[in-house]
Amino acid sequence: MNVFDIIGPVMIGPSSSHTAGAVRLGRVVNKLIDGRELEKVEITLSGSFAQTYKGHGTDRALLAGIMGYHSYSPEIRDALNIARQRGIAYEFIKEDIKDAHPNTARIHYFLADGGEGVMQGASVGGGNILVNQVDGMNVSFNGDNNTILVMHRDKPGVIAAVTQLMHWEYADLNISSFHLSRQSKGGEAIMTIEIDGQPPENLMEAIRKIQHVSNAILIRRI
Amino acid sequence: MLKYESISELVREAEARGVKISELVLQDQSEAMETTPLELYEKMEIDFSVMAASVEVGQRKDQKSMSGLTGGEGWKMKTYAEKTNGGLCGPFLAKAISRALAVAGCNASMGRIVAAPTAGSCGILPGCLVSLWEDQGFDQKDIVMSMFTAGAFGMVIAGRASIAGAQGGCQAECGSAAAMAAAALVELMGGTPSQCADACAIAIANQLGLVCDPVAGLVEIPCIKRNVSGLVIAFSSADLALAGIEAKIPVDECLDAMRRVGDALPDSLKETAKGGLAATPTGLRMQKKVFGSNQEET
Repeated sequence: MNVFDIIGPVMIGPSSSHTAGAVRLGRVVNKLIDGRELEKVEITLSGSFAQTYKGHGTDRALLAGIMGYHSYSPEIRDALNIARQRGIAYEFIKEDIKDAHPNTARIHYFLADGGEGVMQGASVGGGNILVNQVDGMNVSFNGDNNTILVMHRDKPGVIAAVTQLMHWEYADLNISSFHLSRQSKGGEAIMTIEIDGQPPENLMEAIRKIQHVSNAILIRRI
Repeated sequence: MLKYESISELVREAEARGVKISELVLQDQSEAMETTPLELYEKMEIDFSVMAASVEVGQRKDQKSMSGLTGGEGWKMKTYAEKTNGGLCGPFLAKAISRALAVAGCNASMGRIVAAPTAGSCGILPGCLVSLWEDQGFDQKDIVMSMFTAGAFGMVIAGRASIAGAQGGCQAECGSAAAMAAAALVELMGGTPSQCADACAIAIANQLGLVCDPVAGLVEIPCIKRNVSGLVIAFSSADLALAGIEAKIPVDECLDAMRRVGDALPDSLKETAKGGLAATPTGLRMQKKVFGSNQEET
């Protein structure tokens, strides 16, 4: 903790958990979309998010984050209009997501190129977030560090191949957190790798070339 | 490196080195964050300028919250203070009150604020500091420096008690903000580090047990007006300490008590909108008006 965790952040009100945290959840989706053209989002709000989203502007905050705005951007207030102007369709659905943190949102995005994806995460207080799921797979990261998601087939040696590449090709690269989840033995799996500092150039391309890796996504610090 | 585990540590270190707590903290934080004191000072200066801007925004006549439940409080109080030469509180305090209302109102209307320490309690520190700057001619540099003292006290409170309403009730939000502001005010007025600690202890002791009971779960009722009571307590606690009236219970023990009181508070009084003012017939009616149904039904 430092002094600016207490005096700060600069944010758009009214609530650090329901507004600022919601922007950051939206920003995770912005990173997942990574500059591709967005056509539509379906946002499911659960728990306290579902009950109080209008009064806290949680809907505007999530959309603003998806469009790349920050928790201090004055545009949050007008995010619904800005989305309409940009031709982004949006829908908010109130639904209790089972066993989820009270401030949970699930964002399903649809791209112009036909691609789509889903992110589920929670605003856990003070503007901090925890991402729980990406494309149906369990993950766990808070966006404070640069995070690499590696989608792959659950085969022996894949983790070693990824971490060896990171070590031998990029000696300065340090992993600060590692999490693996899989749907079934031998099935789809996902690594969540948080790293210290900046990811080196070409790292993502190199990871994607590893056998049994289907995709790798970099989510830069939120 | 400082540990920020006790306020007595801050007082002891500052007195041993013969510096203000803010100077001690700025030096320490620039080492901890691996940057220069100037860079941190400039970052804090931006926070102060945002605070001053939220006062302006929140004092507009047409200021209205997102829910429509509140609005215009900062403007009303400012107008009243000007018309009556300060009403009962006197011009300085009445205007400071209007500033605290304004910043809390700015927050409720999705304006830009500095969480200090939280969004719900964001009016107290600017209400105090902008008033010394605009109405008492204090130097901006000293004001910005005093925010390091406020921040350091907040770090200790966060670790030793809590700064989250969901964890410790409103004493953790407006209570912490008032205690931080009281310490900053004492330093600005030329008080000693030990008097800063006294002011903090007095402010905490005055708000122990304050519950977090937001109507409809929104950061409006009673939060906006609690920023006013927090501001008044900050000023009175600072004046008490400066007058040489010591806190009888040492500040760190007050913080430990605050944590225990927070733990003892039932969940209904910790930001869940299930108790206190939120659970009154009028509070529930407002909830229904804003959200169409109350939370029990959804």
